[in-house]
Amino acid sequence: MIEVRDLTVRAGNCLLDHLQFSVPDGQYTVLMGASGSGKTTLLETLCGLRPVAGGQIRLNGRDVTRWRPAERGIGYVPQDGALFPTLTVYEHLAFGPRLRRTPRAVMDRKVTELAALLGLEPLLGRWPEGLSGGERQRVALGRALAIDPAILCLDEPLNALDEQTHRQLCNLLKTIQRQTRVTTLHVTHDSAEARHLADQLLILKDGQVAPGAWATPAEKP
Amino acid sequence: MACGDQQPPPAPRPRVPPDWPFFLGLGILGGTYLLLILLLLVADTFYTTFGELGRILVDPEIRYSLKLSLASCSITALLSLLVAIPIGFLLSQASRQLSAYRAAHAGARLPWPFRVKQAGFLLLDTLLDIPIILPPLVIGLSLLILFRIPPFKWIDRQVTYEIPAVILAQFMVAAAFAVRTMRITFDQINPRREQVALTLGCNRAQAFRRVVLPQARRGILAAATLAWARALGEFGPILVFAGATRLRTEVLSTTVFLELSIGRLEAAVAVSLLMVAAAILVLVLTRLFGVRDTVISGAGL
Repeated sequence: MIEVRDLTVRAGNCLLDHLQFSVPDGQYTVLMGASGSGKTTLLETLCGLRPVAGGQIRLNGRDVTRWRPAERGIGYVPQDGALFPTLTVYEHLAFGPRLRRTPRAVMDRKVTELAALLGLEPLLGRWPEGLSGGERQRVALGRALAIDPAILCLDEPLNALDEQTHRQLCNLLKTIQRQTRVTTLHVTHDSAEARHLADQLLILKDGQVAPGAWATPAEKP
Repeated sequence: MACGDQQPPPAPRPRVPPDWPFFLGLGILGGTYLLLILLLLVADTFYTTFGELGRILVDPEIRYSLKLSLASCSITALLSLLVAIPIGFLLSQASRQLSAYRAAHAGARLPWPFRVKQAGFLLLDTLLDIPIILPPLVIGLSLLILFRIPPFKWIDRQVTYEIPAVILAQFMVAAAFAVRTMRITFDQINPRREQVALTLGCNRAQAFRRVVLPQARRGILAAATLAWARALGEFGPILVFAGATRLRTEVLSTTVFLELSIGRLEAAVAVSLLMVAAAILVLVLTRLFGVRDTVISGAGL
C-alpha cells in the first residue's frame, strides 16, 4: 500500500503541494493528468529519485520518505524504458537478481519464467538497440518485476506504441497484475487505457491528487 | 465536367535554387584545411629519404627516444584516465544537480548556499581548464618551481630531469584534455538509466560500475587516445622540467628539437614522420577498436 501524506515537491515549474492520496494493496491504480501536471515527478519522488520538500511517503506501513531508492523495493518502469544499451535482454532480466546475489540456477529459472510471461524468450540474446517499442517496454517491465517489487510504478509505459501493440501490452499488464497481485501505480493521460486497466482512478491536477470517476473496482463503470 | 469547360493551367513548378553550391562551398572550405594537412605530410615525406628513415631506426639514441615516448605516452594516457573518469563524472553530476535546483527554483531568489556551490563549481571547472590555456613552457616552469618547495622538494632529485618528470610534464596537459572528454561523455549519458539502476537495488557505486561506466567506454577510449596523442606531441614542459638529455629524458618531440639544433634537418624530418606514423597508427587502431566495440555490443553513447 502506498500512502502519501502532505507531500510537497518542487521540480522546475511543477509544484506538488501537500498531496494526500493512497493506493490500496494489490490494486491497479491509474493516475491521470495532463502533460506537465507532475505525474512523472510524483512517480520519481515515490521511487526516491527526487528530494521531498515536505510530507511523508509510507509504503506498506513504513515511512520511507528518507529511504534511498534501492531500499524501497519499488519496480520502476520509466516512459522511455531506459534500457541499458550494453546489456542483453537476458542480462536486463537478471540485473536485479544478480545484484541480490541470487544463485545462478534460481536466477536462470526466474529469467525463464519472466521471459515466458512477457513473451521475451526469442529475444533473450538480443541487445536493446534492435528491439521494437513494445519489446523494449516488455523488457523494462520484466527488469522491474525481476526484483519481486512490493510496488510497481509505471510511467506512461504504453505511450508511443502502435494500436495493436498498445492493446496487447494493456492486456499483458492487466494479466500480470492479476497474477502477481503487485500494488501498481500506472501513470497515463489516456482515458481509454485508464478505463481498461484501473481498479482505482486518481486525477492529478493543479498540484493536487483527487479521486477520479471511480475509487474501487465496484464503482467502475 | 462539360466538354467545353476550360481547365485552369497548372501552376508552374516552383523553382528552388539547387543545393550543390552549398555543399561545394562547404567542401572547398573544409577541403582547404584537409589539403594543407596532406601537403604537410607529403612535404615531410619528400624531404627525407628511406635511407634516412632506416638510419634513424637503428640509431640507438633515437631508438631509446622512441621507446621512452611510447612508454611514457601510454603511462600518461592511463594516469589521465585515472583522474579524468572520476572528475568527469563528478563534474557532470554536479552540473546536473545545479541545473535541476535552478529549474526547481526558477523565478525565485536563489539562497546563498546554492550560490556558493555554483560559484565553487565554476571555479573548479575553470581551474581544470588552466593546463589547456596556459602556455606549455609556463607549465614546465611551474612544475620546476613546485619541486623546489617542500614536500615535493624531498623527491626533487628522483623526479626533476628524470623520466618521472617526462611523464608528469606530459600528464599535466594530457589529463586536462581527457577530463574535458570524459565530462562531455558523462553529460551525454541518459541519467534515467542510472536512476532505474538505483531503484533495482544498486548503490551509487554499483550503478556507476554496472550501468554508467559501460556506456562511457567509447568516451574512455576517445579520452585515452586524445591523452596519448597530446602526450606524444608535448614538448615545452618536457624541455623545461625534464630536459632533453640523450639516452635519459629524450622523447621524440625533444629529438626533433635536438636534431634541428645541430643542423640535421633530414633527421629531424625523419623523426617527425615517425611521430606522424605512430600517431596515425594509434588513431586508426583505437577507431577500429571503437567501431568493432560498437558493432558487437550494439551500443551507442
